[in-house]
Amino acid sequence: MGDLVLHLDNINKSFGGLSALSDVNLHVEEGTTHAIIGPNGAGKSTLLNVCIGRLKPDTGKVTFAGEVLTGRQPHEIAQLGVARVFQTPEIFQEMTLLENVMIPALSHRDGAFRLNATELLSKQGEVREEAEHILEDVGLKDMMMVEAASLSRGDKRRLELGMCLILRPRLLLLDEPTAGMARHDTNQTIELLKKIKSRGMTKVIIEHDMHVVFSLADKVSVLARGQIIAGGDPQSVREDPKVKEAYLGGTT
Amino acid sequence: MTDTKKPLLNDTFIVIIFAAAILAMPIWLDPIGGNYPDLLQKFAIYGIFAIGFNILFGLTGYLSFGHAAFLGVGSYAAVWSFKLLTMNVIPAVIFGVLFAGILAAVIGFLSLRRSGIYFSILTLAFAQMSYNLAYSVLTPITNGETGLQLARSDPRILDHLFSDSQASAGLPSTDLFGETMSGYPGFYFCAVLLIICFYISMRIFRSPFGLMLKGIKSNQNRMKYTGLNTRPYMLTAFIISGMYAGLAGSLLAVTDPLAGAERMQWTASGEVVLMTILGGAGTLVGPMLGAGLIKYFENIFSAFDDNVLAQAFSFLPDSVVEFVVPVVGLFVGSGWHLTLGLLFMVIVIFLPGGLVEGFRRVVNYFRSGGNAKQQSVEAQNQAGE
Repeated sequence: MGDLVLHLDNINKSFGGLSALSDVNLHVEEGTTHAIIGPNGAGKSTLLNVCIGRLKPDTGKVTFAGEVLTGRQPHEIAQLGVARVFQTPEIFQEMTLLENVMIPALSHRDGAFRLNATELLSKQGEVREEAEHILEDVGLKDMMMVEAASLSRGDKRRLELGMCLILRPRLLLLDEPTAGMARHDTNQTIELLKKIKSRGMTKVIIEHDMHVVFSLADKVSVLARGQIIAGGDPQSVREDPKVKEAYLGGTT
Repeated sequence: MTDTKKPLLNDTFIVIIFAAAILAMPIWLDPIGGNYPDLLQKFAIYGIFAIGFNILFGLTGYLSFGHAAFLGVGSYAAVWSFKLLTMNVIPAVIFGVLFAGILAAVIGFLSLRRSGIYFSILTLAFAQMSYNLAYSVLTPITNGETGLQLARSDPRILDHLFSDSQASAGLPSTDLFGETMSGYPGFYFCAVLLIICFYISMRIFRSPFGLMLKGIKSNQNRMKYTGLNTRPYMLTAFIISGMYAGLAGSLLAVTDPLAGAERMQWTASGEVVLMTILGGAGTLVGPMLGAGLIKYFENIFSAFDDNVLAQAFSFLPDSVVEFVVPVVGLFVGSGWHLTLGLLFMVIVIFLPGGLVEGFRRVVNYFRSGGNAKQQSVEAQNQAGE
């Protein structure tokens, strides 16, 4: 712990004159869980999109573990060990849960492209075992032959989390992993995220639910109107008057 | 491990059944009038075409409207091989596949920059360009609207090298080491290649590569953020599918050694789309079924005329026959496209999964006695097929 591993330096991004991120600087310590909170439209999702290569920042650069991520293709960034859980689950709806997890498992094993058209899927025992193991971790093993489209919203999120975890990412970006979940499901997800905390990966988590933030985060940054207005450990951020004004006072 | 009841043996079983059904076609198609070599060859050739198209469309969901270009290139390459090298069909088939693969690499590289309708339009545009090139610009190579044909004066270097007495009258015919490739031998040659193609397609469906292609169809974004480079996967699928089309094209030339530009026209591209959807896109045997059905309709239904119909309905009173025959007559003979269109509409509306889904529903209905819950579970178990 202690080494800074993810750096966002002077990130600017605007959409047609509307500034979404202005001069954002963020540094995340290795192995910690860093929460980004802020009101709607503060630019939180934009920030994650810049990290994974979905959006190109106008200026500034993102570095992860010594590698510059800015300007790289999304699949290259993913191969460097950056995985993301989206706000609306991005899963393979028409496929079974097992297949959903097998695809990232194969991607982790084979890299970005491999012409393995002569192998048989049914012979990939190790990958399959790994996939079943992950499904067990996220509590979906009983349903592994079920089509993903038939899952509840909460289960879809857990599936997506499983799909990210099997990549053994070094950096996991979570975009509101508990949004729209019932309290019971939220608590389960918190437990799950705590469990994987011990595996030493760095996590950046965007969250609205303060209960989730304060049970998981080591550090909190507050984003409002495209700028980081406060940062530090959860307790000090909670008591920061600026934060109360911008965010906490209004919604919680 | 709930689905280990689908091991390798099962797949071998599928191939054996498929092979038996294809090779026995002259027997079981006899009662329904489908047993003549010309039609049998078409079943096998268009089966290959559709199975290859399905590797692209069925697995990745990218709808190409230009596959006829590869069919045409395969034909031209094969005929040139007959003209320049030898009447043996092996080099012809190899060149057909090779040139179609090269063209597919070029067209695929450019078209795959876009997806959805833009991809379809791009492939259509490239195919129409190829058609026009073949029809007019490249006349020295393609012989324009007359079509490329064999001539007695063709060099046929290899043939002349090994036998110097080529004084026989008339045009030589295509052969496989002495066996003439017309009639039933031609069909069996195509059938064996069809079975091999079916096996390869099945292996692709069952491979990690095939799973990735299904992933691209399902959610391309997730594929990228999972660390997979979707472009080479797509391009490989496109080239494989183009090579299948090239093989089909070269086989058309093998069974009838001439090649015309009309083989590249958009109607031919549309036909393979119809075949695949009719039989069931994304299924293993569906495209073969669709190809068979369409070619059967084309050859059998279009041959019906009013006399045949009058005979068929002769058990009805005369006044009814007079009314029925002209009405039904609209749907056969030259109007067989009308029947095909109706059939296509019915299938797309009521059975979006094609004929294969229809069979599956019937089988499930009988197996489970109409128990809906079990049906859906079984459908999922079979979803891999």
